[in-house]
Amino acid sequence: MKDFPFLSVLTLLPLVGAIAVACIPRAKAELAKLVALIWSLVVLVLSIVMWVTYTVNSTDRFQFHESYSWIPSWNANFTFAADGIALVMLMLIAVLFPVVILASWHDVDQSRRSAPTYFALLLAFEFTMIGVFAAADVFLFYVFFEIMLIPMYFIIGSFGSGQKQYAAVKFFLYSLVGGLFMLAAVIGLWVVGGHTFDFAALVEAGKSIDQNTARWLFLGFFIAFAIKAPFFPFHTWLPDSGGAAPAGAAALLVGVMDKVGTFGIIRYCLPLFPEASRWFAPAALVLAVIGIIYAALLAVGQNDLKRLVSYTSIAHFGFIGIGIFAFTTQGGTGSVLYMVNHGLATGLLFIVVGMFVARRGSALVSDFGGAGKLVPVLAGVFFFAGLASLALPGTAPFVSEFLVLLGTFSTHQPYAVIATAGIILAAAYVLWMIQRTTQGTLNPALDEVPAMKQDLSLREKFVVAPLILLLLVLGFYPKPVTDVINPAVQATLQDVGTQDPAPTVADGKAGR
Amino acid sequence: MGDLQLPPIDYGALAPMLILFGVACVGVLLEVIIPRRHRNVVQLSLALLGVVAALTVLVINRNTRVVTIGGAIAFDGPTVFLQGAILVLGAVSLFLIGERQVEAGGAFVAQAAVVVGSDSDNRQTAGRPGLTEVYPLTTFALGGMLMFVAANDLLTMFVALEVFSLPLYLMCALARRRRLLSQEAALKYFLLGSYASAFFLFGVALLYGFSGGVQLSVVHDAVANPQKSQLLLYGGLGLVAIGLLFKSALAPFHVWTPDVYQGAPTPITAFMAACTKVAAFGALLRVLYVAFEGVRWDFQPVLGTVAVLTMFIGAILAVTQTDMKRLLAYSSIANAGYLMVGVLALNPDGLSSTMFYLVAYGFSVLAAFAIVSLVRDSDGEATHLSRWAGIGKKSPLLAGLFTLILLAFAGIPLTSGFTAKFAVFGAAIDGGQTWLVIFGVITSMLIAFPYLRVVVLMWLSEPGESTPAVSIPGFLTSAALGLGVIVTVALGVVPAPLIDLTREASQFVR
Repeated sequence: MKDFPFLSVLTLLPLVGAIAVACIPRAKAELAKLVALIWSLVVLVLSIVMWVTYTVNSTDRFQFHESYSWIPSWNANFTFAADGIALVMLMLIAVLFPVVILASWHDVDQSRRSAPTYFALLLAFEFTMIGVFAAADVFLFYVFFEIMLIPMYFIIGSFGSGQKQYAAVKFFLYSLVGGLFMLAAVIGLWVVGGHTFDFAALVEAGKSIDQNTARWLFLGFFIAFAIKAPFFPFHTWLPDSGGAAPAGAAALLVGVMDKVGTFGIIRYCLPLFPEASRWFAPAALVLAVIGIIYAALLAVGQNDLKRLVSYTSIAHFGFIGIGIFAFTTQGGTGSVLYMVNHGLATGLLFIVVGMFVARRGSALVSDFGGAGKLVPVLAGVFFFAGLASLALPGTAPFVSEFLVLLGTFSTHQPYAVIATAGIILAAAYVLWMIQRTTQGTLNPALDEVPAMKQDLSLREKFVVAPLILLLLVLGFYPKPVTDVINPAVQATLQDVGTQDPAPTVADGKAGR
Repeated sequence: MGDLQLPPIDYGALAPMLILFGVACVGVLLEVIIPRRHRNVVQLSLALLGVVAALTVLVINRNTRVVTIGGAIAFDGPTVFLQGAILVLGAVSLFLIGERQVEAGGAFVAQAAVVVGSDSDNRQTAGRPGLTEVYPLTTFALGGMLMFVAANDLLTMFVALEVFSLPLYLMCALARRRRLLSQEAALKYFLLGSYASAFFLFGVALLYGFSGGVQLSVVHDAVANPQKSQLLLYGGLGLVAIGLLFKSALAPFHVWTPDVYQGAPTPITAFMAACTKVAAFGALLRVLYVAFEGVRWDFQPVLGTVAVLTMFIGAILAVTQTDMKRLLAYSSIANAGYLMVGVLALNPDGLSSTMFYLVAYGFSVLAAFAIVSLVRDSDGEATHLSRWAGIGKKSPLLAGLFTLILLAFAGIPLTSGFTAKFAVFGAAIDGGQTWLVIFGVITSMLIAFPYLRVVVLMWLSEPGESTPAVSIPGFLTSAALGLGVIVTVALGVVPAPLIDLTREASQFVR
């Protein structure tokens, strides 16, 4: 079973689907939606098979290793391989895409643009996302890192709302600037690393890179990833993009695409430039902590629901950041787990917000008020998504946030203490948002919108149910996921050359 | 006085040039013989046939490595590759030049010398069949370009420079629409080009004084073991470089580019952007790599500054353009800067990556101008940017192709633009020129903005009243456009064959 070329098939499948859906005439929109949904379900099934095939605690760090020659004279290959970190991200993608496609069912019905194009763009986006996480060749990774901008650019620009052009261009330029910094670093790494792009070979070569050069190269990669993640102060594109994108696409934007930034830091910055990573860690920690507090404060003051949720994710990325740069197994595992849980929780939050926005025709908090009286089930789901997002115990994000803070506390106490303050702010923005939209007296204007009286349809129940289920299951029993993540994080930290502090607290939590 | 010894001549190596010059002369004769209504078909077929024949001979002789005809011509790896590139790009340009279906009578005037605005000028705008001297002119220019990249001594290079420049000056003046703009462009190009040629010739004289010969190998030996004042060397190098920098459109000798690109008939602009660029950089590579390798540390910082200046001028001024052809002109200036980064790597990778870039860029730019020639209204091409608003809704296929080309110009992966940029930047870092790459990256960010603005304009803006309908391309334009797009994608997805080819070809003979 292991010999099956899982990763290349998984990568190419959505691309084929995208082309197929794009070829469907625009009059047959329903057919296009159906094909896209089925296609994404096939990808999900394949990745579940892959998950089952994966051997936990194998000595083989990268499994499903495949390599095909591409540009021999540059030693660039189509090399795919997945460690535990990539695997859980691939699973997240496979789970989120069918959900989002189902959630976007009617999103483009009103648009003058054709529905097949939208769903083809979604599948094309899935292709680039799977590629970027499955690549084990720095050149291939860079290629996916850049081209993933294109489908999202057109999704925001063509199908978004509000200042969509401004948001799309800002999104593209920010990411491109980061990408070009990375391009310079990739070329530099290729030259000093012995003209190879192979990840394993570069990790070896990285140990002997001159200290000064390594720091510059680290910075090239880090800026690209920090813009993508986004870390403070490179975050300003996200609220604009998240606010303008269709709700489903916004869920993918923060749920999956932004994870490329933190994933890149773990996969490329740390193992390739261990000394530089340790050297830059204090600065990265400071930025992450500022991000947590600053974004949370801004989130409290937002009146636009989609922008509000975007700001909450910037705060969450601060948590992921401190977990990574705390250099402890718990912190690292917590960060990766947070990436998964944040994808599920914020993805759900965006989708639910999208359902509200679709009914009300507005994303402004002030246009709602007492909506729970009209759509109790939807308001309930919204409440659950909000609680998950603020990491209430029993929901999945709690486990990861707890691990991150635990890991950080053991090495970087002050940062952990300040970050904890972010949790209080999180409770403030989430609860206040829910209170202002669904609780209290009914806003009379809401009563006049007929769509606001329709509670969740069967389709919408199918959209939210899997996410709620996953959030609860992983909240109570995260072991299957942490077991996969943990060895990969340990291997990464070994590359960095840091050790966990001697008296490890509550080791069992990491599920070893 | 002894017997006069003729130098040995390798006719196989000269054959591609001889074929083109011969075909051009036959073309001039045919102008007289063939009746007007058949001329276009005959001349186009003849020119294409000549190019194909030259290419065939070139491929047959591809393994020849020889310096022939008394050291005037060097036939080596770069010569074969660059000549091949010029011929292939030239053939595609001929497709564009030969297009007669998009505009009644073609893009060229019927009579070039008619006073602008006169009655007969108005009549020729209305659709009289265009003149066909453009084909022999193109063939002459192509022959001159082949000679330019093969020239092994500076005088041959000068002759070649004139042979391919003079037809180009004429061809710039032949636009059927906007005659004044076209004639002004030609005059500007001619005047500045003559200055550049004069500088070049004066530089050759100084180098002759320095080394006692005009052959590149003689100059190389003299550089290694100088007998005369270094002043002659640097003066000569500087003046020769000015001539070459002018042709390559490098700052500060780029000022003609936007005006000429805008004023010339679009097929000629495409021809200049693709083929002239190959020829100019081919000669630049040969001069710098073969003759002046010994003073590389002296010219590297100077030409490095030129490259940085070029990239910045191209990128920044492209942002402010409101005319599509001028935007593409500034984009070509910026691209000349990136090419220069590859040239200045001064290692075999620099040579091969520059050649790769030339081919990649040539095909993309041909496709870009093919598209420009299709977006038109009753007054000819609608090149003002505002006219392109919302064209994605009216003609999604064309806008899609243009988007792809623009992404290639911006260097997005899976297009030839990315592979090419990666190759030159990699070579430059390998050659110790990291600072050039840093400026290259910064300017790449800047120039992404104008490209993106066009994409936004095409897809995300609403079509206005003045958005023109896109003409249905004739077979020839479709072929040129299709080839350009296919090569742009192919070199992004599977660049390995061409990279290997450029690597095998990256060895000059001296």
